[in-house]
Amino acid sequence: MKPFAYHQPGQIPDAAKLLTSIEDSKLVAGGMTLIPTLKQRLASPVALVDLSKLGSLKGIADEGATITIGAMTPHAVVAASKLVQTKIPGLAALASMIGDPAVRSRGTIGGSVANNDPAADYPAGVLGLGATIITSTREIAADKFFLGLFETALEPSEIITAIRFPVPLKAGYAKFKAPASRYALVGVFVAKFADGVRVAVTGAGPGVFRVPPMEAALSGNFDASAIAAIKIDTDGLTSDIHAEADYRAHLVTVMAKRAVDAALS
Amino acid sequence: MGNVIGIGAAPKRKEDQRFLTGRGNYVSDIKRPGMTAGVFVRSPHGHAVLRGIDKSAALASPGVIAVLTGDDVADDGLGSLPCGWGITDAKGVPMKEPPFPMLAQDKVRFVGDMVAFVIAETPEQANAGAELLKIDYEVLSSVVGVLEAVRPDAPQLFDDVPNNICCDWELGDKAAVETAFKKAAHVAKLSLVNNRLIGNPMEPRAAIAEYEPGTDRFTLWTTSQFPHVVRFLMGALVLNIPQHKLRVVAPDVGGGFGVKQFHYGEEAVITWAAKRVMRPVKWVASRSEGYVSDRHGRDHVTEAELALDETGKFLAFRVNTLANMGGYLSTFGPNIPTNLYGPLLGGVYTTPAIYCNVKVVFTNTVPVDAYRGAGRPEATFVLERIVDVAASEMGIDRVELRRRNMIPKEAYPYQTPVLVQYDSGDPMGCLDGALVAADVKNFGVRKAASASKGKFRGLGYSTYVEACGLAPSRFAGRLGARGGLYESATVRVHPTGQVTVMIGTHNHGQGHETTFAQIVSDKLGVAFENVDIVFGDTDRVQFGMGTYGSRSLVVGGAALSKATDKVIVKGKKIAAHLLEASEADIQFEAGKFSVAGTDRIKTFEEIAGAAYVPHDYPLEVLEPGLEEQAYYDPVNFTYPGGCHIAEVEVDPETGTVTLVNYTAVDDVGTVINPMIVEGQLHGGIVQGVGQALFENAVYDEGSGQLLSGSLMDYCMPRADHLPMMKVATHSTLCTHTPMGVKGCGEVGTIGSPAAVINAVVDALSHLGVTHVDMPATPNRIWRLLQNASLPVAAE
Ligand SMILES: Cc1cc2nc3c(=O)[nH]c(=O)nc-3n(C[C@H](O)[C@H](O)[C@H](O)COP(=O)(O)OP(=O)(O)OC[C@H]3O[C@@H](n4cnc5c(N)ncnc54)[C@H](O)[C@@H]3O)c2cc1C
Repeated sequence: MKPFAYHQPGQIPDAAKLLTSIEDSKLVAGGMTLIPTLKQRLASPVALVDLSKLGSLKGIADEGATITIGAMTPHAVVAASKLVQTKIPGLAALASMIGDPAVRSRGTIGGSVANNDPAADYPAGVLGLGATIITSTREIAADKFFLGLFETALEPSEIITAIRFPVPLKAGYAKFKAPASRYALVGVFVAKFADGVRVAVTGAGPGVFRVPPMEAALSGNFDASAIAAIKIDTDGLTSDIHAEADYRAHLVTVMAKRAVDAALS
Repeated sequence: MGNVIGIGAAPKRKEDQRFLTGRGNYVSDIKRPGMTAGVFVRSPHGHAVLRGIDKSAALASPGVIAVLTGDDVADDGLGSLPCGWGITDAKGVPMKEPPFPMLAQDKVRFVGDMVAFVIAETPEQANAGAELLKIDYEVLSSVVGVLEAVRPDAPQLFDDVPNNICCDWELGDKAAVETAFKKAAHVAKLSLVNNRLIGNPMEPRAAIAEYEPGTDRFTLWTTSQFPHVVRFLMGALVLNIPQHKLRVVAPDVGGGFGVKQFHYGEEAVITWAAKRVMRPVKWVASRSEGYVSDRHGRDHVTEAELALDETGKFLAFRVNTLANMGGYLSTFGPNIPTNLYGPLLGGVYTTPAIYCNVKVVFTNTVPVDAYRGAGRPEATFVLERIVDVAASEMGIDRVELRRRNMIPKEAYPYQTPVLVQYDSGDPMGCLDGALVAADVKNFGVRKAASASKGKFRGLGYSTYVEACGLAPSRFAGRLGARGGLYESATVRVHPTGQVTVMIGTHNHGQGHETTFAQIVSDKLGVAFENVDIVFGDTDRVQFGMGTYGSRSLVVGGAALSKATDKVIVKGKKIAAHLLEASEADIQFEAGKFSVAGTDRIKTFEEIAGAAYVPHDYPLEVLEPGLEEQAYYDPVNFTYPGGCHIAEVEVDPETGTVTLVNYTAVDDVGTVINPMIVEGQLHGGIVQGVGQALFENAVYDEGSGQLLSGSLMDYCMPRADHLPMMKVATHSTLCTHTPMGVKGCGEVGTIGSPAAVINAVVDALSHLGVTHVDMPATPNRIWRLLQNASLPVAAE
């Protein structure tokens, strides 16, 4: 690890100011992703701006038709939240499947979404539920937020403060864990709303994506059998030492069916 | 006064007091005054010409003390890293043995090959300096697979090693095998890959070296399974340091599995560097560094054929293997796929003729050497797989076919056609025990229950034997060993009757401090807590060959047993004098010397006291003191084995294999501590299951990059991958070791891969699947089911 300055601001504007004023500075939330890259000298920011003292970024709020989760809320808190378990059990289940207990108690939803790892779980939940990413400067719809491999719509000095999730009629998540890392080899989030169904896939490609044919089929008949015959095009899907693209494509259908079953159970 | 805790008891492990309370003393815990930090700069290329290194910017970097390269090694006239085995081909021509410089000279041959060593005041400064080294490489194309490496147009690692073949080795009677194949009613054939593995001990490798100019002595602390061997190889053959001027200490070591039983270039560089900079130098590997520098294991491509008569009797077995050696010969490298492989191909069967050819091949990968089991899991896998293939092709039940060919208990000692003679065993007894323990009778019920959930269930057997307790020196010498393989122990009885044992094996998790103390407690009648075991320090322990090849109890324990017997013999002489009786009339039992048929007694403590305060003592004929030493060289290997039964469930939708039941009934000879034996079996089985289902070291052909270079990409088995295991022993006693022990460190890893894969094939056999390569990953199983192009059950 190379030396860096460390800041722990108390207000969001102060944090934003630090980010703009110090070139090569970086936010740190749970540090579960960032700190290992520093240790391996893959990244060497001049300064770290720690979000942990920003109390307004923590906690989960019930707004009736939506729930809003502060960016600094750890995965374990979301998984254990009675509110999330009641209103969007699929999202609580997703949080409980991330990493291991240590990672879940440090890693945050804001960090995960900002990082947009192609195999991370939250992006599937955020896109699948059509959530809104609230930042220090604006609100961004999930459909406009995830731009591909580790790429998001965030500006360099923009801070995610919370994520607002519409409460669906039903939602479920199914994850096929990569054998070694236990990130999603393929994860599918399915959400049913009054006006239709959304299906979001993580792990299979360079970034989270939706599957319109499945959404259409499930909007007509919200049952696993409705999508059993839908095959995913292997074009653009990832092939690596763990899984070839056609296997990933196959798993998308299997996991989508299991996500529907989970949503119905 | 504590209690005697003897052979067969299961006390809690002595060493766990310090391990579980965070009081262990590992190399990375050690700090020396004035210590500097070193980092190795490693080749990022699989194969390249090393054109030049510009040190200037690195040397100018803050805190950097020195930068050492291959040129400095050459200038100082240092030796190449030695190989401990020299094998020969069928015509007696020695293997090709190119030099293995501790820092690369002229060329790099694998990603991770060491190019430079940067020493600085702190690890950060050393890393920063290392990044400033300018290394000029001319990148060549890499070859990583054995099939590719022996092709005529393959990149050549060494100018004088044509086709990258180090040695074309063979064993057995080729003509007899050919004749038998001509008479065969059936020939079963199998092509398979034995996947490459990375050991991943919990503690990464580390070393500290220090030079004392006042005494001209070096000390090396290193994460090693055999400190005396490091002292010999490094001192005598690499650095030219006289043995009495070099101390090697291997303190607490956090797991080895073979990875730490080699002499590594890092140890030599650090020891050499400590004198060059006249300050202690410390290096601790990162996990990532371990992936590209710890020696790898396995990596075979094999074609096997088994000839049978019409009743299923094995007539002959023929095996052709290409074995990957990596970029250079590591300490035991060429011995593993040859001497520890071919002689095991007889298994527990009466196959009369066996022939094995192994081409040992260089590639642009990390050197390959022993990893738990070393050669024997590979042999067991080939044999136990092909027995299943033959059974299914001939329509004979797998268990029945095994029974028809098994060596009956009465036939021991049994001479195989491949050098080894089994002294004892009862494979049929292990099989019978395992069939009951695994509840094979009701397997059909469980299979039907799985089927009702859309899952395929399979059962797999492995009835196997291994050769361990390495090794009879004379025998090993004939096979090419360049060192002895005996073991030594000193039993030091203190004037107050407590005992310190100095032993040449090394404890890195196996529980030796407990097991060996039980042996002494049992034999001398001394309280368990009054026996301490010292190991891992060439200044404290007389000599030793270390721990590997399931040898510690078998060879080290035998030396300890013999040394303890000598203490009793001397004690009897002292007792005879004190009790005014003839030595022949003295009996020793439960810590007391007595005159037969009388109540005249001297306790062990009294005898120890008399030995050190020899006022009333036969000084004319007996030296004072009570300390005895023994060296033990085994007369044969030991042959533990048994029967493993794996039960798996396959999810055809995702290809996931779940191990649902595992049963092992093993013959490990005398059991000293059943809890420790059970733990060794559990750990060994898990490592074998890891090979069968999860682990795979994958290189990119052409670039030579290791694609599975971290725990994120290399899948280690985890607790939730495993069922509760049923583990039992069915022992016959070894006829030639002092206590009848056979060793248990590797059996689990040797028996299990075949059992698991046989179960997977069984689960899929109704779809026409006849073989699955390891690891049986979900993707691989799904692909097989696709290729079987049969309808996959819907959920
Ligand atoms: C062993 C292990 C296993 C894991 N397994 C999984 C898994 O199964 N599934 C999964 O989804 N993830 C997994 N993760 C990742 C984990 O969820 C991380 O915690 C998460 O990706 C990042 O969250 P963090 O709070 O630790 O962010 P940090 O590491 O602190 O930051 C990550 C990045 O996001 C930026 N950032 C952080 N917070 C904000 C913010 N509020 N606004 C803008 N930018 C911000 C940082 O600058 C940095 O670039 C695993 C991690 C580990 C170490």
